[in-house]
Amino acid sequence: MAILNVNPTRMELTNLKRKLATARRGHKLLKDKRDELMRRFMEMVRRNKALRKKVEAKVAQANAHMALARSVMGDAEIESALMVPMQEMEVDIAQQNVMSVLIPQYETSLRSSDAADIFPYGFAYTSSELDGAVQYLSDILPELLELAQLEKSCQLMAAEIEKTRRRVNALEHVIIPQYEETIRYITMKLDENERGNTTRIMKVKDMMLKEAHQYN
Amino acid sequence: MYKLGVIGDKDSVYGFSSVGLSVFFADTPAEGVKLLRAAADDYAVIFITEKLASQMQAELAKYKENIRPAVIPIPGVTGNTGLGMKNISSFVEQAVGSDILPD
Repeated sequence: MAILNVNPTRMELTNLKRKLATARRGHKLLKDKRDELMRRFMEMVRRNKALRKKVEAKVAQANAHMALARSVMGDAEIESALMVPMQEMEVDIAQQNVMSVLIPQYETSLRSSDAADIFPYGFAYTSSELDGAVQYLSDILPELLELAQLEKSCQLMAAEIEKTRRRVNALEHVIIPQYEETIRYITMKLDENERGNTTRIMKVKDMMLKEAHQYN
Repeated sequence: MYKLGVIGDKDSVYGFSSVGLSVFFADTPAEGVKLLRAAADDYAVIFITEKLASQMQAELAKYKENIRPAVIPIPGVTGNTGLGMKNISSFVEQAVGSDILPD
């Protein structure tokens, strides 16, 4: 592992040690974040999968109802029956913070106060199959919304987990070893200087003694 | 307040207008992209038929990291292409590294 390009001085050493401590702490925190995110994500994605399976079956069912209605009534009639919708659904997004990931919480409200008020047509010229299809769609709508909420949450969390994982890996396998290596290098260099200094002083002492006492 | 929308071929999505969702008809990916772009600002959730969604993945990727809109594939009249399930697998893959969920 390559060492950083720094001067081997005491000041650099202190700086690096401080940086290493920060990196270690960051690594630990990010690892905890990743683990907790992962736990929640797995829980959520399992629910997401189960719900999607259920909703997909129901949407297919709804389409079948619609097809049935179409077979009885004919396209133009259905179109005119559904042309002016009775309801308009609005949704408010509250954001929930899960380990710094903002995930949406949908709060729906209908324009008309009566939730059962879904049929935009009079019953005289339409078939009961259409009523059934519309009713069925309105029944599965809450589940569709729950699916949307779950799926968006999973999507956002997956992206965040990926980011966190990359950061953890970079710290663990690149930054921290690099700092450690550099710190070792500086320590060695400083120690070596120290030893060099000691020998030099001993040598000078010898020379001075020799001069003073005329030793051989 | 945001709205809810559905994009897809006419037969698949028409019914949703009765329950309070805005319905947009698109038969080609180009139309779908145009509608999606126009709707992105005002809509919280946009359901899109799987068939159409599979043809405009590049566009859908743009909304991935935003909290709004949530673009959710649903099966259309032509049946289930498995795209929605594949999406979930891709989330797991992105987060974990490989798809570890049993089917």
